[in-house]
Amino acid sequence: MSTGATVIFGSAVITFAIKAAGPVALGGRELPTWFTSVVVLLAPALLAALVATQALADGDKLAIGADTAGVAAGGLAAWRTGSIIACVLIAPAVTAALRAL
Amino acid sequence: MSFGVVATDAGLSELEAIVMSAIVFAGSAQFSAVAILAQGGGAGAAIAAAALMNSRFLPMGVAFAPSLRGGPIKRALQGQAVVDASWALAARRDGSFDRMLLFGSSAAAYVTWVTGTTVGAVWGGALGDPHDLGVDALFPAFFLGLLVNEARSGRARGVAAAGALIALVLVPVAPAGVPVLVASFAALAGLTRGARDAMLQRQEAEGEPR
Repeated sequence: MSTGATVIFGSAVITFAIKAAGPVALGGRELPTWFTSVVVLLAPALLAALVATQALADGDKLAIGADTAGVAAGGLAAWRTGSIIACVLIAPAVTAALRAL
Repeated sequence: MSFGVVATDAGLSELEAIVMSAIVFAGSAQFSAVAILAQGGGAGAAIAAAALMNSRFLPMGVAFAPSLRGGPIKRALQGQAVVDASWALAARRDGSFDRMLLFGSSAAAYVTWVTGTTVGAVWGGALGDPHDLGVDALFPAFFLGLLVNEARSGRARGVAAAGALIALVLVPVAPAGVPVLVASFAALAGLTRGARDAMLQRQEAEGEPR
């Protein structure tokens, strides 16, 4: 198998296993309250980490750029209007405008 | 689309780029694996990078699990539908998930992803530079918009701030993907007595307006 094919099938298998692990391991049981109260907080923790690593970093370096400003402008719009659509439209527009300067 | 361009630049054939999007279907993992190959890394290193990048699907799958029905095989297959955007979109504030919304938005994302890869791989150079168009701001903005609507309680905001901080501190020192995984530990704040009481109250107050 070529390197490309090995990487493709290897990544596919490992991604399948990772995505299956949680749903299979916790098979249909009624979960205790302490567990649910952690799960409720997983979304804000993971969302914030995704935003931070994508908007404030570039690979393994912390980096502030036009995209940071764009995302911040979008976040402000989401906070003021409660609209995710406004956020998603404004962020790339501001980023592109700053880069065109 | 950008994956198609990047992958063919890194030496994958057009067909390989398309097949990878079709069977791996995890953008950041595919980019990491291809970046390793482009730097001259081996297959093992590339697969390891993809695995680390996808490690965040572990806590996401754990959160999604209680909303799933059926036997292990059915659950494993349903778990494949988890991608960042649809997972975030389908999350309800009580910790459960809108299963059908998740499947629906993942299906749409899948079609867009594979089509985009095909366009990028085959006609790559002819299109405008995604960087000039600010496309890289799109996903963080989407997640931030969801977060702003999601984190209404003080506790959720505190956990979000802690998650972001953990991820940023780890970015320069940990391999790609690990910072987001470790940030999920901020949710352990749910183990405090106050958080458990709040959860119990919410469970008791049935029909509470969201």
